[in-house]
Amino acid sequence: MSEEKENITTSIWREVAEEDNPFVAEKSYCSGYDVYGDLLGNVTWAEYIYLLFKLEKPKPWQSKLLENIAVAIANPGPRDLSVRGAMNGGVGGSTAASCLMAALAPGAGKNGGAREVYQVMRLWQQCQYDLSLWQQKLTDYEDEQTVEVWPASEHSPGFDPYGASCSTPVIQTLNHLTSIYSEGALAYLAANRNQFEQFADCPLGMTGVIAAAFTDLDLSDEQAEMLFLLLRLPGAAVHSLEQKKLGWRKYPFFGDGLTLTNDPGPTPLKSTFQKTL
Amino acid sequence: MIGPDTLKKAEDNWQTEMGAWFAGERVVLRGKDLFTELNELSWFKYLMFGITGKVYSDKQMALIEAIWTLTVSYPEPRLWNNRIAALTGTANSTGILGTSAAIAATEASIFGNQINIIAIDFIKRAALLDGSDGSLEDLVKKEMKKNRIIPGYGRPIVQNDERIQPLIDKAQTLNLTDGLHFKAAKNVEKTLLNSRYRMVMNASGLAAALMADIGISNREYYYYTILAFSAGIIPCHIDAANKKEGTFFPLRCNRLNYTGHETRHW
Repeated sequence: MSEEKENITTSIWREVAEEDNPFVAEKSYCSGYDVYGDLLGNVTWAEYIYLLFKLEKPKPWQSKLLENIAVAIANPGPRDLSVRGAMNGGVGGSTAASCLMAALAPGAGKNGGAREVYQVMRLWQQCQYDLSLWQQKLTDYEDEQTVEVWPASEHSPGFDPYGASCSTPVIQTLNHLTSIYSEGALAYLAANRNQFEQFADCPLGMTGVIAAAFTDLDLSDEQAEMLFLLLRLPGAAVHSLEQKKLGWRKYPFFGDGLTLTNDPGPTPLKSTFQKTL
Repeated sequence: MIGPDTLKKAEDNWQTEMGAWFAGERVVLRGKDLFTELNELSWFKYLMFGITGKVYSDKQMALIEAIWTLTVSYPEPRLWNNRIAALTGTANSTGILGTSAAIAATEASIFGNQINIIAIDFIKRAALLDGSDGSLEDLVKKEMKKNRIIPGYGRPIVQNDERIQPLIDKAQTLNLTDGLHFKAAKNVEKTLLNSRYRMVMNASGLAAALMADIGISNREYYYYTILAFSAGIIPCHIDAANKKEGTFFPLRCNRLNYTGHETRHW
């Protein structure tokens, strides 16, 4: 074994050990700021999250925008796929962490989840403020990778494939976030929403709004994907706890909702299939 | 525009051929009754039937199990996915949380499941070209230029892959090394060794070729690999959970190599 010990390299975090214990930090610094001696009591949660991701103090509009994004997506509501995942953990009495993991898995997807936000971030990088490029990309959207672990996209990312028109909360969120910062992607999206929706052949969705806001915050595609996952967990947490208390009897099982279209029936004959085993 | 009609039709209406539980009576998977038609299947055959709808022969199953056992079931807690289970154990957290998080992390891009699916796709493309003059070389060059890797070749940390020979030996005893994909995989390796890339086939590449030779699709291969690492992951949790809490590779404060902004005030 080499004399020199392996280290974790980080530009985010520095620690100074307590004199009596090398494994406990007396001081922790986040991008140069003393977390417990300076930041605690002086920063908002949104400012601190911004600092963690960007390693710089946010301007007032940046922390305000992030704070309002966090409010807008904190709880997608109990019909949302990620929250439903968490509630399934709750009603079954599963561990707290598994409930949040159960929210993260569907909440990660290309249908309303964090991967969709990632995809829209990629589109902003590629199209920026060129409407003809947006038209090219959103019309018959194609995944960047043809072979990948993610299932193939079934709609243009950022838009609601089953929407009849742009939903009121999406418009309210877009308008409010644009009022905080009106010189970037949000404002461009708000000004050109109708055309974007024509290109995508469906109305704007929440992922499209949030990706524009993350673009205005100059987050990378991967940072945006991660932050979207993180910021939607509060709703998953409280709804899973609520359903845990209420119990499975009050939670949909879809008892009559499933039809097995190839049901062999209750007393299947020994088939040739079994003889081949 | 599609609109909400699709959802209206799907409301309380899940039509499926995959399977269902008839409460208190019976279970059906892919049109077969669990208790009367599938009850003699081993768990592994049942798993593969659920993924592919096919019942593989005993020889094919022996190969499939060998791939899991010999290539991705190392009880090595320093490997990145396994280490998650060990960290979970030393944190006195549960085995299922550690194992499921470790399995999720196995969907990685320098090893594991993101590689596996592109490895089987690559070897299928390579097998189509194998035997045509120069085509395999061109494919390798194009792949390196585009992705800077050949999926299924090369390896982080070490150059050689100790898993190759035991798996080839096993496949040979089962007479399952005559396929076009296995042959193409060896020819890709020859091509790489003769080039400036100097990469050898790794176990992911070999497994993908052998599985392609038994007719598995890319997506079936993806699903088949999901649980493959679990036999190595679980022992790592057991070991760490059985030892004194927090003792799995603890880190002193000075083990952080800070490269960021100098100290400043808010």
